This record gives sequence, C-alpha cells and structure tokens, in this order.
Amino acid sequence: MTNVADMSRPPETIFQQNLGNFMRNRLAVASSAVVILFILLAIFAPLIAPHDPNATDLFRRLQPPAWVEGGEWSYLLGCDQLGRDILSRIIYGARISIFIGAAVILVATTIGIIAGLSAGYLRGWVDVVISRIVDILLGFPYLIFAIGLMAMMGPGLINIILALAYKEWVIPCRVVRGETLATRELEYIEAARALGASRRHIMVKEILPNILSPVIVVSTIRMAHVIILEASLSFLGLGVQPPTASWGSMVSDGRAFILESWWVSTFPGLAILLLVLAINVAGQGLRDAFDPRFHE
Amino acid sequence: MGLGKFLERVLQLVPVLLGVSVIVFIMIALTPGDPVQIMIGDQAITPEQEAALRRDLGLDRPMYERFFLFVGNAVQGDFGQSFYHRRPVSEVIAERLPATIELSLVALLIALFTSIPLGVLAAIRKNSIFDRIATVISLLGVSLPGFWFGILLLMLFAVHLNILPVAGRIGYSSEIEPITHFLLIDTLLRGRPDAFLDALSHIILPAVTLGLPMTAILMRVTRSSMLEVLQQDYVTFAEAKGLSRRRVLFRHALKNALIPTVSVAAIETGSLLGGNMIVETVFGWPGLGRLVVESIFLRNYPLVQAAVLLYAVTYVLLNFFADILYTVLNPKVKL
Repeated sequence: MTNVADMSRPPETIFQQNLGNFMRNRLAVASSAVVILFILLAIFAPLIAPHDPNATDLFRRLQPPAWVEGGEWSYLLGCDQLGRDILSRIIYGARISIFIGAAVILVATTIGIIAGLSAGYLRGWVDVVISRIVDILLGFPYLIFAIGLMAMMGPGLINIILALAYKEWVIPCRVVRGETLATRELEYIEAARALGASRRHIMVKEILPNILSPVIVVSTIRMAHVIILEASLSFLGLGVQPPTASWGSMVSDGRAFILESWWVSTFPGLAILLLVLAINVAGQGLRDAFDPRFHE
Repeated sequence: MGLGKFLERVLQLVPVLLGVSVIVFIMIALTPGDPVQIMIGDQAITPEQEAALRRDLGLDRPMYERFFLFVGNAVQGDFGQSFYHRRPVSEVIAERLPATIELSLVALLIALFTSIPLGVLAAIRKNSIFDRIATVISLLGVSLPGFWFGILLLMLFAVHLNILPVAGRIGYSSEIEPITHFLLIDTLLRGRPDAFLDALSHIILPAVTLGLPMTAILMRVTRSSMLEVLQQDYVTFAEAKGLSRRRVLFRHALKNALIPTVSVAAIETGSLLGGNMIVETVFGWPGLGRLVVESIFLRNYPLVQAAVLLYAVTYVLLNFFADILYTVLNPKVKL
C-alpha cells in the first residue's frame, strides 16, 4: 500500500525509472565512464598529448616503452618507425575514431529515421521502394561495400563517413520501420488522425518520441561496429591518409616490425579494443535498461 | 514449404540481384580515372590504337548499353580482362578462390565446434564458470578488431613460441601438384601427411582470427535458444517421465535448440567473406580477399568489380539459403 510520504513525492517518469535501472548496472556505468574519458581525450588532445603526434625523430626510431630497457618516461608507450610518440598518436587517433564513428551514426540515424518513418507510416509505394533499397544494400557484405566505395571515391575523411553511412542507415531504418508499423495502429494515433492532425505531425510529434529509445540503443551499439570498420579501412590503407594518426593505420604500420618492436602495433590496437568494448558494454546496459523487451 | 512458396522466394531474389549488379556497375563506372589510360600505362600507342581499345572494351557505348553488356557477360562468367595480369578476370579469380573458400570453411568449422559446446554448457550451467567464459568470449568476439587479433596471434605463436608459420598457405618443401586446389584435401589425396600438417599449421591462425566473431555470435545464439528450450513443457515432461538428464539434453532439447544456430551460421558464413580481406592481408594468405585489396591499389577495376559482385551474389544466396533452411528445420515458421 502507498503511504502518505510517498504520495507527496512526484511519481517517477518512465525515463527516470530506466535511468535508475541503468545506474544500478555498475559495469555499464564504468564502461560509460571509459567512453567519456576517450571523448575528453579526443577533445582536449592538444592539451593532453605530451608531444606533437607527427613530429619525427629518427634518433628515437622504434624506441621501446618506458618500462622496457632503452625506454624513457617522457615517451611512455615508446615510438614508431619514424620516431613519433605512440601515446600522442593514440590520443590524436581517438579524434579520428570518435569523430568518424559519431558522424556516421548521426548521418545514418537521421536518414534511417526519415526513411523508416515514411516507409512504416505512409506504406504503399513509399514502403515498397524503401524496402527494396534496404534489401539490395543488405545484399552487400558491409566491409566489401565500403571498400568498393572507397576505391571509387578515393581516400579522405568525408569519403570514409559517406562510404560507411551509405549502408549504415539501413539498420536504424529497419528498426524505425518495424516500430512505426506497430505504433501506427495504436489508439492514440487513431485519435490524432480523427482530430485531423497532418501526417507530418503524427509522424514527428506522435510516433517519433515513442520509438526513439530503441533507435538510440541500436545506434550506440552500432557505433562500436562503425569504429572497427573505420579502423579496418585505415588498416588496409583506404582510410585517413598519413601522416594523420589513425588507430587502424598505426596497427598496420607496426606490422612490419612485429619481430622486434611489438609495441608499435599493440598499443593502438589496445585502444580500439578498450573503446569498442566500453561502447558495447554501455550499449548493452542501455538496452537492458531502456528497452522494455529486455526487462526481467 | 510448398513448391509455389519456394518459387515465389526465388523470384524475389531477382530484383535484389539486379539491384546489386546496378550498384556494382555504377560504383566502378563512376570511379575516377580512364580505364584505357590505366591499361595503356606508359606504353606508347597511336590514337587509333587507343580508339580501337576503347571500342573493344565497349567504353564508346552509352552507359545503359554498357550495363546490359556487363550483366550479360557476367551471367556467362565473362568479366573482361584483368589490366594487371593481362588475362581474363574470371581465370585470375578462379585461381584464388579455392584458398578463400578453404579458409572460410575451416573458420566455420572452428566456430561451430567451439560455439555449440560452450553455448550449451553456458546454458545448462547458468552463472557457472562456463557461462562467464562464454560471456567474455562473446563480448571480445564483437569488440576485437580482426586485424589486431591476427597480429597478436602472430606475435605469440609465430614469433615468441615459434611453433606456427608467419604467412602463406604452405611451405616450399611441402608444395604438391594440386588436384582439387583445396590444399588440406590435396595433400591427403597425394599421400603426403607431412604436407597436410604443414598446410594445417598455416591455416590455423588465419582461421581462428576469421572465426572468432562468428564463434561469439553463434555461442550467444546457442546459449539463449538452449535456455529457452529447457523451459519448454516437453523437456519438463521428458524429465518427469524419468529419462536421464543426458538423454533429455541431447536427444530432445539440443535438436530444437540448434535450429536458430544453424540458420544464423548460414547467414554469418556470408560475413566471413567480408572478414577475408582483412585476415588474408594480415596473414599473407593468397586468396581472393587479398587480391581485391591489391587490385584496388593497382586500379585494376574489372577485377574489383567482378569480385565485389561475386561476394555480393554469394552473400545474397547464403541469406536466401539460411531463410529456407530455417523454414525447413522449423515447421512452425511459414515464409
């Protein structure tokens, strides 16, 4: 039974309840902290990085990390084949990974929401056309599609974002379409229609706010995937071009020296693993807390 | 599933395959750089010869005609000439394809043989050490970048422990006359167990690297579907009947729990194709994936075009196969 003291407090909204659920998941909260740390590193890279990431010093060529013989503490993680400080390059590389990951997800989610809402609410030929495009794009293995586009457009930051977003929008689109199909038949939408609300009003003001949480959850988890894809393109030499530091190309650079200088490839790879793992765990925590289908 | 439904599904494939071909065609047609100039390279030829070459390649025709020519030729297995190899693209691809298929199949086997037992164990001993291991593997599997994991394995097994080779498909001393072009089979057919072991030692690291993401996904699917099946009435009934736990698990539960695993495995086999490019590059594996990456840098576009189309068509067909398989295995689902 509810007592008087409880009644005096305003009731928790669903969002607050979900946020409470999320905050109780310690692993997910810790992972979110790691993600935030990476974002801060990326934003404040010029202030945090101990050295210029592109400054070469051939006297420090393949210098080992500080705790290995021959290393020094001012170059904590050692240097690469051109004598560049690996830690500084990892800090600057976070900018590329996070910027590309966020930009691709932002572009893809925006397109996916517009296409998914239109297909799910308007139905008819709009749905047929959008669903066929989705089917065709799903016909390509992701990396191969991106590699083909990069071959066509040439390397560059904007081109990577486009090459990845061209297919990525399909995923939020499918989620939004499915949710819209289920929501459009609900009574409150019927009521809005009966009151003469425009289609745009119903899609944007009535349906969208109610289907946003699964979209946000999916987008978070997909960001981890996009970061790995960007690193893979850079590893193959199709991503951001040198001398700009990117984690994928740093791993690739170190490949030639794995016999004697393990640190060149190891640390940038570890950075990718840490960020992607943190996003995945935080994303799963969000899904468990915010998606009612995963509630116990 | 009736024949009518099946044919309907086959017909639905046509627009997808056509759309995929249009995209691949446009992708390469819009690529900057004149194919004729790339083909000529630094050779001195007359403008007439250049015009003749352009005509031979069909580049003087309008775009839509070139598209139908491309699709028409592709259906007959003719993808034009590889600029770099100066041989038909189909011939070059056919040479490299067995290495890629062999690697993918071994990766698939590794994924199936590790994910199913671990997934089942994780489900029947929920919250045990097996369940924890399964959770860690499934998280790592989707978070580890394949190219880095491959390099770590190389550093450990090929450099530090020095027990596995660094790159390639087989050592020089073990090379044999090919029969099927699948080295693991050919070495046995030729009666060379030493060469078989050599080929096996070359394929292990790339196959494990390629198979890890699939292992993670299949393990998660097996675990959750096994957990679901174990709660079904028929399992409780079989146990109440007095059947041994082992018999209930393996004769009744597992059979049904594996239906989603098999379908997801068929879909994920398509994803192995995408991972091939990375893994083949890391391990110097002489397959199609590495050939495509090399061809992009050489601007050998007819080959890139053919390979992307081949990958996409295989992927579409595997998804179709997975759909059909799911329906056949699970009569409750109707197409």
